[in-house]
Amino acid sequence: MSDLQVREPFVRIVKRDQAPLSKHISVRALAILLALVLDALFIFFVTGLNPFSVYFVMFKGTFGTATRFSWAMRDLVTLLLIGIALAPAFKMKFWNIGAEGQVLMGGLLTALVMVYWGEKLPGPVLYLVMLLTSIAVGAIWGLIPAFFKAKWKTNETLFTLMMNYVATSFVACAVNILRGQASSLGKLNMATQIGWFPKLFGQRYNINILVVLILTFLMFFYLKYTKHGFEISVVGESENTARYAGINVGMVIMRTMAISGAICGLCGFLLVCGRDQTISTNTAGGNGFTAIIVAWLAKFNTFYMALIAFLLIFLQKGAGEIASAYGLNDFAASIITGVILFCILGSEFFINYRLIFRSSKEGKNDGERG
Amino acid sequence: MSSLIAWILRAIPFGTIIMYGAMGEIVTEKSGNLNLGVPGIMYLGGFAGFASAFLYENNTSNPSKLVCILLSLVCCLIASVLGGLIFSFLTITLRANQNVTGLALTTFGMGVANFFGVFILNGKSYSAAPLANSAYSAKMPGLSDLGVAGDILFGYGFLVYLAIVIAVLLHIFLNKTRVGLNLRAVGENPATADAAGINVTRYKYIATCVGAGLSGVGGLYYVLDYNSGIWATTGQIEALGWLAVALVIFTTWRPLNAIWGAYLFGVLYWLYQFLPSLLGFTVASYVTDLIQMVPYVVTIIVLIVTSLRKKKENQPPAHLGLAYFREER
Amino acid sequence: MECAISLKHITKTFGSVVANKDVSLDIYKGEILSLLGENGSGKTTLLNMIAGIYYPDSGEVFVNGKPVEIRSPRDAYQLGIGMIHQHFKLVDVFSATENIALGLDAKEKFDLKQVRKKAQEICDKYQFDMDFDQKVYAMSVSQKQTLEIIKVLYRGADILILDEPTAVLTPQETEKLFQVIRNMRADGKSVVIITHKLHEVLAISDRVSILRKGEYVGTVETKDATESLLTEMMVGKKVELNIDRPIPQNPVKRLEIRNLSVTSPEGVRVLSDINFDAFGGEILGIAGVSGNGQKELLEAIAGLQTVESGGSVKYYNSEDGQGPAMEVIGKNPRVIRNAGIHMSFVPEDRLGMGLVGSMGMTGNMMLKSYDSGKALFLDQKSPKNLAERIKEELEVVTPGINTPVSRLSGGNVQKVLVGREIADAPMVLMTAYAVRGLDINTSYAIYDLLNQQKKKGVAVIYVGEDLDVLLALCDKIMVLCAGRVNGIVDGRTATKEQVGLLMTKLQEGGNKNE
Repeated sequence: MSDLQVREPFVRIVKRDQAPLSKHISVRALAILLALVLDALFIFFVTGLNPFSVYFVMFKGTFGTATRFSWAMRDLVTLLLIGIALAPAFKMKFWNIGAEGQVLMGGLLTALVMVYWGEKLPGPVLYLVMLLTSIAVGAIWGLIPAFFKAKWKTNETLFTLMMNYVATSFVACAVNILRGQASSLGKLNMATQIGWFPKLFGQRYNINILVVLILTFLMFFYLKYTKHGFEISVVGESENTARYAGINVGMVIMRTMAISGAICGLCGFLLVCGRDQTISTNTAGGNGFTAIIVAWLAKFNTFYMALIAFLLIFLQKGAGEIASAYGLNDFAASIITGVILFCILGSEFFINYRLIFRSSKEGKNDGERG
Repeated sequence: MSSLIAWILRAIPFGTIIMYGAMGEIVTEKSGNLNLGVPGIMYLGGFAGFASAFLYENNTSNPSKLVCILLSLVCCLIASVLGGLIFSFLTITLRANQNVTGLALTTFGMGVANFFGVFILNGKSYSAAPLANSAYSAKMPGLSDLGVAGDILFGYGFLVYLAIVIAVLLHIFLNKTRVGLNLRAVGENPATADAAGINVTRYKYIATCVGAGLSGVGGLYYVLDYNSGIWATTGQIEALGWLAVALVIFTTWRPLNAIWGAYLFGVLYWLYQFLPSLLGFTVASYVTDLIQMVPYVVTIIVLIVTSLRKKKENQPPAHLGLAYFREER
Repeated sequence: MECAISLKHITKTFGSVVANKDVSLDIYKGEILSLLGENGSGKTTLLNMIAGIYYPDSGEVFVNGKPVEIRSPRDAYQLGIGMIHQHFKLVDVFSATENIALGLDAKEKFDLKQVRKKAQEICDKYQFDMDFDQKVYAMSVSQKQTLEIIKVLYRGADILILDEPTAVLTPQETEKLFQVIRNMRADGKSVVIITHKLHEVLAISDRVSILRKGEYVGTVETKDATESLLTEMMVGKKVELNIDRPIPQNPVKRLEIRNLSVTSPEGVRVLSDINFDAFGGEILGIAGVSGNGQKELLEAIAGLQTVESGGSVKYYNSEDGQGPAMEVIGKNPRVIRNAGIHMSFVPEDRLGMGLVGSMGMTGNMMLKSYDSGKALFLDQKSPKNLAERIKEELEVVTPGINTPVSRLSGGNVQKVLVGREIADAPMVLMTAYAVRGLDINTSYAIYDLLNQQKKKGVAVIYVGEDLDVLLALCDKIMVLCAGRVNGIVDGRTATKEQVGLLMTKLQEGGNKNE
């Protein structure tokens, strides 16, 4: 047994008490820097292009022209809105991976109402009906897994994930019916433009931007200053404490998920009326998944979410710009996004933990000869 | 009758794709890691396998099938294990959130495969690796000529049979070996495993990487056999990856269930095409879109039923999705 | 005496908390050593470093005279050290055999039958009783502990560390365990028992080492030790259990509990037909071996347990205790609150039930009052004032009222919780293990607070584990045994033996109400 002479571990990990804000900022900045360096290496080795000029081109993707900036904002609010929707659920430690489906269902109902009732209902009523049905269906899509979670603790991560594909099927079916014999479904109500958002400052989607801006503030206050927000925090922290405080845990889970789903449904409504004027299985376009990362990294603070969403959209737009400028393809965006996300996710560790290296321990080496 | 046979002949290869994906994910999840990067990993594996076979075929004057198989398998495994390694490093060493990291990996894997895929496509809408396809889809000589039964039982490429063998081996591994027992303990209760002297970190790393490798073979099989050796920019692998995650739930984390579960999923997936003709009526194409949801609905029902019955043995590994830190307090 | 383990100058910190400071300790071969100390004195942390769970910041460990580095439990096993943790390290869905086989060296062939045979031999040797096919989730606490001990012995441990092994056992089970430990000593093994129970120390050990606030105080031979000496070493100064006990002033009935029964989700009847009354101006102690229904009883009264039909808890609000009674059963805590029932509850699990660890004092004050008023928004002002007041009055040590309470020490956490509960001006105050893990001074502060409430006419229910405290503090003591009321005695006249007997031996006919 005496031959068991193991050395002290080279590095040990110790949990930090609480990192100062400067640490938070510097670690994240370093992570993004590291990601940019990694991406630059990637760009250089794959394409032989000078990374700096590539990054300059990327910059133009968002800031090149007023229109591009406007598009970037349009896409940013889509991502941000879903992030806002997820925030209460995540704060409650309910893993809603089903935003994609909830958005699709909202969009689907909007599209159906737009097509089938568009000419029967007067304008304002039509918008109201589209709004309400999309919110309702989103809420239902969120409620179903929440109900089973509340009643029988059914795993919500997997449940909501599966619900996405059920929604996709519904949308595919509806698109199939709507397009009839045509090879693809063009814009809905193309001739009459009934149900489309009116142009505001030249773009229909500016209404989306406005709505999301308002919701960013509303959700922030909802979580921080309302009784509901308090209940969500308590349930997320400890169900036992919640019961002790007289909070009906199941009710809070269902209510919160209904809200989460409803906002996703609203997002579907905004996408169909304000951005696409059509519906497809791609309407959510993966934003439902990306928003999960946005919401998580922002730790449920809607203003941080806006920042992170901006970073991601900036990258996507930039990658698209590279693609057209250098004849690459815009899948580069996914790679660059992926690398940045990996770096930021990994960097969290250095905020929460501290490393202690062997050499930093005094007077210990003497005892190791034995 | 013939459409029933056609149905089975379609369902089994389809099931094989997600069976690999699911078996990989079972190994991963048994270590307590919920890797939602399966679609990304299947992309990585599928693309690496295809690209290596494609380049080999087109740059060698007299390519051999065996070399083609070996090369593409090795490349597929390397690529998908690398994907697993990224996930492991972030979630195990750096303790990043598993759900979020997995989703990022899916984005990343899809991006890498399609980005480089475009170079291979070189402007065309698809490219093919016919030699690799013929190597992977080669049927067993002799046995497959035994009429209908021969077709149904022996009419597939070797990866179909390998999948079954692996499922059985995994079952034995998890239930009858020391390492399997230790692995299950890591996923159930890492603090206990740690106290028993099991290197939790190492087990998690290896299980996640091996799992990723297995999942990647699913992508390889999809491209080089199921899809006739054709690479195109489609998103189907992603949907298949999520179906594999669904299958893991359906099997209640048991590899043997993955065999019939995967084929059942295949049957359900192709229900829309074959059932109507089998019953002798036609359905509108929009109905077929609806039928596509059946595998997911079935999975949801399984999820609900297992949570209702609360049988301890059918639950997900108790520590699934959580990071482990020995000195946490 | 030859040393099995020698610790030299061990220091371990967690963040800013010093768990062990410059501790040196010897464990001899073939002895039973008790490591005595109050909760939070660093006993478990110290031995966790020998077991490879923690790694010391500085200091050295010698095993059999040779310096070693124990980086993981595996290292510990190879050195012949096995630890039985307070929270069992077992895999729920595994059978007993599988749990034993877990993590064994890969050299020998994997054969569960062989494992089982060898484990059976150990059972025969020390007279354990074990069903090797049983799954852990179906086992009782004492069965799990037995399995843990078999597991450690199976690995050939020469040095066994048991962390608070008797906390969850009945007296009979404890005696059986002690016999096993003596058998092991006779076998030449070293056994270390972590405990804070003096009588057990005196009953079982050869030597006692004492820790206080993370520091080593000293070691005495058990034969030279007395309870008062050990207590003094443990707490630093001689403790006169000198708790104030004013005579109750015209007690009025506040709570009337009748036919209360609770069945756990697993189908076990944890409370059977409980009947008793609680009076304002009195402290009613509830004694019992932990796990005999205390937790469920308080939770049932607080509206946190599903109660079998027929049970009732009546609450009398009026001054004279006569007026109309309000039924508590069937209401959740919020409904109880809103119905005007002034009942406060300090639960056993402070951070897991009574408080939200990640919130500051202000947020935790809100827990009971956040839903008052019709407004959608939270009232943040009055909870903040209340937090400030409690911080001041109870001398809570915290960097600020918004610092997460999980960062506070155990005593301060309890002050926050108790402070909030009495701030409500309750008519009934229930406390579960209110002083567990607290130092002497904080404990006395808590006793004072309870007495103040008593003088105000509050009906105080005090669930405790320390009989000396119960007998010094309470006016009446109700003893629970196997989920039944096994007797109610007068706190001033009852003897320790009397209560001890009621705790362990179910009386004929169950309920005996005086």
